Amino acid sequence: MKIKVDFSGGAELLFGNQKHHEVDLPVKDKPWLLGDLLFWLKDNLLQDRPELFLQDNSVRPGILVLVNEIDWELMDTINYEIQLNDSILFISTLHGG
Amino acid sequence: MSESDINKLLTDISNLREQLKEKENNLVKLMSNGCENGSNKYCANLNPEDITRYSRQMLVPEVGIDGQEAINNAKVLVVGAGGLGCPASVYLASAGIGELAIIDYDEVELSNLHRQILHNENDVNKAKVDSAFEKLQSINRRIKIVPLKLHADSTTIKELFKNNTYDVVIDGSDNVATRYLLNDVCVFNKVPLVSGSALQLEGQLTVYNYQGGPCYRCLFPVPPPPETVTSCGDGGVVGPVPGVIGVLEALEAIKIIIKSPGVLSGRLLLFDGSITKFRDVKLRTRNSKCAVCGEEPTITDLIDYEQFCGAAAHDKVINIDILDSTDHINVKELSTKIGKNNCLVIDVRPSLQFQMCRLPNTHNIPLTDLKKPESLDKIRNLINEHNLGENGEVYLLCRRGNDSQRAVTEIKRNMPDVTVKFLNVKDGLHGYAMEIDKSFPVF
Ligand SMILES: [Zn+2]
Repeated sequence: MKIKVDFSGGAELLFGNQKHHEVDLPVKDKPWLLGDLLFWLKDNLLQDRPELFLQDNSVRPGILVLVNEIDWELMDTINYEIQLNDSILFISTLHGG
Repeated sequence: MSESDINKLLTDISNLREQLKEKENNLVKLMSNGCENGSNKYCANLNPEDITRYSRQMLVPEVGIDGQEAINNAKVLVVGAGGLGCPASVYLASAGIGELAIIDYDEVELSNLHRQILHNENDVNKAKVDSAFEKLQSINRRIKIVPLKLHADSTTIKELFKNNTYDVVIDGSDNVATRYLLNDVCVFNKVPLVSGSALQLEGQLTVYNYQGGPCYRCLFPVPPPPETVTSCGDGGVVGPVPGVIGVLEALEAIKIIIKSPGVLSGRLLLFDGSITKFRDVKLRTRNSKCAVCGEEPTITDLIDYEQFCGAAAHDKVINIDILDSTDHINVKELSTKIGKNNCLVIDVRPSLQFQMCRLPNTHNIPLTDLKKPESLDKIRNLINEHNLGENGEVYLLCRRGNDSQRAVTEIKRNMPDVTVKFLNVKDGLHGYAMEIDKSFPVF
């Protein structure tokens, strides 16, 4: 299943410093949940320091997750069922000024 | 030219500048005679100068007379006179915000000038708020500008909010602790918080605590791990990026004041300067279980935000001390050895910083690469090339002497078989610039 995964605000540094990824998720029996994607990304795309991406089965504090530009809190977070062509965005919040 | 010539010129210039300022102030006073606030025979609530001055924004129907009066009566607090606060306050002052308070504890540094547009070369070492005050006053002498040279912490902010009622707060700060502090005080006082941030080529902007929208804690109940937070001093920032975000912060503040329906609340604006793209994403609503703005808040007074975040409320580096006292060499000792045949210095800064400036005859292996086998091989080769022998010493160098301590620990762990000593260069290149050669660039 093809989806788009984007990283910004520095989260891309954990993923080979690449902001945009075209991802093709392997076929599986059950639907792909957003929670599954987190671990798939950790095992397949993450290049460095998993603790800076995941904590306790979710993203670490300071990272916002957006599904098609909508906060995942409005989409049932890790239980959201991923659809073909979805765009998932991980934003690390910035603090500089 | 000698140092005393330079000092004399600096004093002369500063005296002349004071005289000029006094004359300018007198001129403005004389010229604005008969132009006091309030009603006059031509316009009910605005004086003639204000009508001319603000005409271009008053002509916009969304602003109009009512909007301008609201702006003239508004009181705004800008936190930080840096990359965000400078552009934000320029537009707020020129728009006629009645009272503009600016809080910042820092002095102007040369490395600020590329983005902190209120400060110029003559302001280096001057308090940022004083520099900002001067420039903003010269843009608009009809408003009240309040420079506050204070560190924004629970005590100072509480006192400030006890004595003042702000219509909007602009967050132009540079650290997580201050962001939580401002969020909480704005929730307690029911003040909208315009929050911007910038790093490298990216910026983010939203308005918290506005008309039932979420607050910062609704989005981020738990602060980020300190090691994931990058400052502008480490990661860098391209000037126009905080410029864009700071200008938009001023726009959101004006919109809040004139009661525009389009305020950026419950939405987050992402700006990616590398591809010049704005993205506007939809955020969650207010969290009824939020610790500060929820229905049963557990936080009802300002707390210790540095403790809460596990990080200091500034973006300066905090020095560490993780080695034994015998694991160091100071910059004086280093300077007598450097360049000699058997002196091996490894600079562990990121390669970009090494390219910007470095000591001669030093080798670059970034701290983040010290785990890699090829880096360890490189160190072994360097040790052989330098004929260090069993009791030789390798000196590890970085910007301030912190990462080099981490490097000593890391190398010792990864190369237990090597007998040479690995020593940290105390105070790093900053120390070298301070004590050995002032012409080495500090940043
Ligand atoms: Zn809240």
